[in-house]
Amino acid sequence: MGHPIKRDHARFRKVVKGKVRDNLRKYVSSGEMPVPKGDGSYRIPMPHIETPRFKFGERQQGGLGQGEGKPGDPVDEKEGQPGEGEAGEGEGKKDLDVELTLEELASILGEELELPNIEPKGKQTIQTTVDRYNSIGMVGPDSLKHFKRSYREALKRTVTMGNYDPENPIIVPTRPDFRYRSFSSKVEYENSAVVIYMMDVSGSMGDEQKEIVRTESFWINLWLKSQYKSIDIRYIIHDATAKEVDEKTFFRTRESGGTLISSALKLCRDIIKEDYDPNEWNIYPFHFSDGDNWSTDDTKLCLDILDRDIIPDSNVFCYGQVESRYGSGQFYKDLFNKYGEVSDAVILSKIKNKSAILDSIRDFLGKGK
Amino acid sequence: MNRTRPISGELLRLKEEILSYALDYGLDFFDVRFEVCDYDTINILAAQGGFPTRYPHWRFGMEYDQLSKNYAYGLSKIYEMVINTKPCYAYLLNVNNIVDQKLVMAHVYGHADFFKNNYWFHHTNKNMMDVMANHGTKIRRYMEKHGQDKVEAFIDSVLSLENLLDPNVLFEKQVVDEQSDEDESDINDEDDRSQALKSFMDSKLFKKGRKKNNKKDPEDKLGHGSSKLPTRDIMRFMMDYAPLEEWESDIVGILREEAYYFLPQRLTKIMNEGWASYWHSKIMTQKALKSSEVIDFADQHAGVMAMSRKQINPYKIGIELFRDIEYRWDTGRFGKEYQDCRDMVEKHRWDKNLGLGKEKIFEIRKSHNDITFIDQYFTQDFCERQNLFTYRYNPRTGRNEINSLEFAKIKEKLLAQLTNFGSPVIEIETSNYGNRGEILLKHVHQGVDLDMGMGADTMKNIFALWKRPVNLSTFYDGNETVYVFDGKEIKTR
Repeated sequence: MGHPIKRDHARFRKVVKGKVRDNLRKYVSSGEMPVPKGDGSYRIPMPHIETPRFKFGERQQGGLGQGEGKPGDPVDEKEGQPGEGEAGEGEGKKDLDVELTLEELASILGEELELPNIEPKGKQTIQTTVDRYNSIGMVGPDSLKHFKRSYREALKRTVTMGNYDPENPIIVPTRPDFRYRSFSSKVEYENSAVVIYMMDVSGSMGDEQKEIVRTESFWINLWLKSQYKSIDIRYIIHDATAKEVDEKTFFRTRESGGTLISSALKLCRDIIKEDYDPNEWNIYPFHFSDGDNWSTDDTKLCLDILDRDIIPDSNVFCYGQVESRYGSGQFYKDLFNKYGEVSDAVILSKIKNKSAILDSIRDFLGKGK
Repeated sequence: MNRTRPISGELLRLKEEILSYALDYGLDFFDVRFEVCDYDTINILAAQGGFPTRYPHWRFGMEYDQLSKNYAYGLSKIYEMVINTKPCYAYLLNVNNIVDQKLVMAHVYGHADFFKNNYWFHHTNKNMMDVMANHGTKIRRYMEKHGQDKVEAFIDSVLSLENLLDPNVLFEKQVVDEQSDEDESDINDEDDRSQALKSFMDSKLFKKGRKKNNKKDPEDKLGHGSSKLPTRDIMRFMMDYAPLEEWESDIVGILREEAYYFLPQRLTKIMNEGWASYWHSKIMTQKALKSSEVIDFADQHAGVMAMSRKQINPYKIGIELFRDIEYRWDTGRFGKEYQDCRDMVEKHRWDKNLGLGKEKIFEIRKSHNDITFIDQYFTQDFCERQNLFTYRYNPRTGRNEINSLEFAKIKEKLLAQLTNFGSPVIEIETSNYGNRGEILLKHVHQGVDLDMGMGADTMKNIFALWKRPVNLSTFYDGNETVYVFDGKEIKTR
């Protein structure tokens, strides 16, 4: 630690985030969040600033390659063939395609956003150990035999003993050659949490706004999942009335009509009352809206429900306001006047556009509640 | 705080062993100091071009970010790092196993020999460690004085010119050095410290000389510039003739010096890596390898030599070419007699037992760069054995497709890629274009158009230095086009 390059690194991060040297931002190649590719792997963005230089246009240039093929065959490398070894220090560093478990992804998120671990509430913090197979051992059951490693050991031994015959390369593994996958144990805490998403689907919430909510809730889920052993997720949509829906509907529906935010909060309250005892559950209500409530009376009602039921029962109540062309954004102001931007029990965040999602997640989860 | 430490114990014994093999084979190098460090440190060093201290700039942070991520996800790691200084510093990763360390050491001696003997490296400053540190100090001071954002923004503009270099300067440089040597030869030869001091003073002395003939009169300035044109050493031209403040032209000088320091490595990538790989392979397989280590070595070596369908691997092409040349000169498969032989059986059996191979490759590593190396020794026979092809983007299918397997096409493409170290050839044609003090850059078109998106932004950065309109003459889609950036927008004339 403490090497001057850490300052260069911090500086680079600031440039990427647009905090300094705003004029450089247009050269930043990619965002910060891993993007799921749908086949279990993720694209890890490597933000890269390319200094403008005179260089050749790529397409016209073509290149040279090595391998089998005849004219007309495609040369683009198949997926999952990362260049090995020292070679390939080539230009144009692209994003990394990495297979990640959701757990690893969450830890990246935590690192990027500097999220604190959540301190769980509830008395029964039961510890459990989880085993992960991530190393190689000399002993183990046959079912966990690592074929490649075992073969390699056998090959090594054969060569060392001078028994290797290139004409007739038979390798016979013996007992000491075998290698087995082995596990290491990790302690996890058994805590339960429930996330209740509420989304305003009134006429003023367009596709873009919903996309923002969807992306944001994906990352919020991911983080909370990494913090809790088991997690329930409930979805509520509302215009003037509220109903509970499944995940698909939550993100797909396009309703229209007026907005009574209280309807959603009421339903949320009822769900908590019915299914989740606040003493045992960590409860996270998230509400996303464009902030356009029907009437001031309804807003009063909302604040009432929040104060009396939802806030006392929850770890934290989060309200995210998505900017839309039609919304007045009044609800944010109402909540702001009452609770301030960040209080112990309520976190408010404005989400201007897609690139503000990260900051908003940081707002919501950055306090480690 | 020491992030690296000299090797000791087992590694030291290994080093002595490998060193004696390297010397036995006739490799010739400055003293090599091996140090071990952890992966974070090697990432830091690699991000800074091998040097422990550089000037503050976000791009080193960016490199570091990427190297660290690559390492963290297990996609790549750096085994070794060696820099061209005297003594030569080389860094070993502490987690490497013994076979890897041996391989790396042997590889490093190959590089060290190349650094010392190849002509293109003759005038590189072997005290670059100190020079880089001094550059860092100076730029930090400028930042304290003028503000980090301002200095950094200026560096960013100058970095746009970093590839606008003239390789011939590598040989001229000697002249400049000798001149300044005369001025201060008394302090020069005394010890290492005064060398470092000299590099620190160098640019100031240099500037004094320049100041004299650089009067405020703009016409005179233009006149001076014009006599040096056309030039491909655009950084030098900007340093001398652009209306810059003193600290600004000093920074251009600093970045130029660093760019030229690294240039020989860009000009000899294939040879340098090929030579080092040739020697690690030779030393390991003939001397240093224990039979229990063969498999690990083979695995590692194969990784280094891996081929790619998208770009050629300089390690692979380099090592194969050196081996091919050694074989040809050992057996006498060169010259008119062999070329003219029409009897395929005889040609196949051709062996004159000349044994000139070793001598030949040592001579080549001395006098060639990648272009001349490929031009002279990349033969049809060799090409066919390497399974090479050229590819091209096909706009109809939207993908890159193999274009040709022909020797002539492949060689042409390879040479084209190496020409001017892979950068477009751009020179300043005149600094008084249209008699308006504008700059005219000429792109010497060699078949491939420029990326004009980047080109436009580069012109903006040049404008930031020159402060008068910047013109660029090039061919676009086959038509001669002159672009101009006038401080507000890019237009075609």
